[in-house]
Amino acid sequence: MRATALRNGPSPVSAPIDTIVEVRGISKTYGNVEALRGIDLDFPRGKLTSLLGPSGCGKTTLLKIIAGLIRADGGTIAINGKTVSAPGPERAFVFQDFALMPWATVLRNVAFGLELRGTSRAEREEIARRYIAEVGLAGFEDKYPHELSGGMRQRVGLARALSVDADVLLLDEPFSAVDEQNRRKFQEDLIRLRTNQNKTFIFVTHSIEEAVYISDRIVLLSPRPGRVSQIIEPEIDRSGDPERIHRDRHYLDTVDEIWQGLKQYVE
Amino acid sequence: MTLFGYRIPMMASLLVWCVVWEVVGRLNLVFLLPPFSEVLAAAVDLVQTPSWQKATVTTLRAFATGMVLSIVIGVPLGILMGRVKIADDLLGMWVNIFSSAPLSAIVPVLMILFGFGEKTIVAAVFLFAIWIIVLDTRAGVRHISPSLIEMARSYGASRPALYSKIILWAALPEILAGIRLGLIRGVKGVVIGQLLVAIVGYGALFETFSRNFRMAEFWALTVILFAFALVIAELIERAEAKVEYYAGARQ
Repeated sequence: MRATALRNGPSPVSAPIDTIVEVRGISKTYGNVEALRGIDLDFPRGKLTSLLGPSGCGKTTLLKIIAGLIRADGGTIAINGKTVSAPGPERAFVFQDFALMPWATVLRNVAFGLELRGTSRAEREEIARRYIAEVGLAGFEDKYPHELSGGMRQRVGLARALSVDADVLLLDEPFSAVDEQNRRKFQEDLIRLRTNQNKTFIFVTHSIEEAVYISDRIVLLSPRPGRVSQIIEPEIDRSGDPERIHRDRHYLDTVDEIWQGLKQYVE
Repeated sequence: MTLFGYRIPMMASLLVWCVVWEVVGRLNLVFLLPPFSEVLAAAVDLVQTPSWQKATVTTLRAFATGMVLSIVIGVPLGILMGRVKIADDLLGMWVNIFSSAPLSAIVPVLMILFGFGEKTIVAAVFLFAIWIIVLDTRAGVRHISPSLIEMARSYGASRPALYSKIILWAALPEILAGIRLGLIRGVKGVVIGQLLVAIVGYGALFETFSRNFRMAEFWALTVILFAFALVIAELIERAEAKVEYYAGARQ
């Protein structure tokens, strides 16, 4: 099976059966730089969709608009059919620089989303412990962020996002500040996590390999102004050994295909 | 510091200067400077007098009141300036002027406003201490990583929660540094205030001692004041060290 290019150009696509996040006509301008122009996108429920593109294509801006952290100049975002303009409990964000509270332990950091919601201490710590174990950090509950490696810190960020039980997880280049070995391990864990958790992931990355490796769906954005140039669904079997994917023919072909498409934007 | 291969403790240099003082004092070059041993003896006597004890209570009370006021007002003001641009534009110039102005010149004005009493001393401490607290708090708030604020917002933090759970803590290292510098300035404020008012606390004592040329007691009181300022700064520095681990670990 070949990777399927669903469409070219920014024309609206017919909505998939079960859409959780709908992006309609989103545009954003910073000063006189047009970061995003007329973005229309549907994110299917339970899938991992990557926003991929060279720097300056507005992928992080789009993610933060979906998160409600940045206000768009035009257009709407709907989650589960409801239009939103601010952060909400159905979305959780994982930050590029982890955004952990350095004065708080791993346990409190992970439980922080629940703490803000007013969940009782006993309950939120129990939930936090479960997700700390889920991301492979059991035994580190009482450590402080500065005592952890970059990869472990991002696991804390991921556990925090999981523990609020949001439908949609928004990940902003979560592995870019993590070293290569940890990144590989982390990507494998994310594939496993996605099957276990049955959540929708929206994942921003500038790495083609990473996008193809983990995504059900890849949205290619072109820069200046940021617009959707292509949507690709790499049909890769991820059920077996995650190591095998790196040698999979479809994986290699898709990476190459995307690279051919993106080459023109690289100076 | 090492000397001839031996480690010399920090206090050793202080000891050297005490010896120099003793020698110069015994040479009887200037009658203003009695030997250090005499000053020490005077200090021991001084702390037993009711007038010193009463002056100390008055001084400490004025100092503490002024400091509490400048922290309680200075920290929120600094946070406000760090977060709200219009507040920063309105107040920034004044805070900067006051933090570097020769404030001793204003103390006589305070006397007119607050009378010849403890209120003036409190006002002097406040005026000396608050500006550096405001400036450091503002700087701390300005340096908070934007993603930490975004994190709190994305997980639904209310405005009070954002301030009490994130901003205050993230800026804490700078706030404590500001308070430490404020305390040192506050000591200056209490001394200068009392000297100018001259009938309150240590000011009255200094006045008495210098007018009657009781130099040993005069110096004893000075040494006590210096020691007090040093101890305060040291205590705050210890508290700072406790939060420093995360000041360094911030992104």
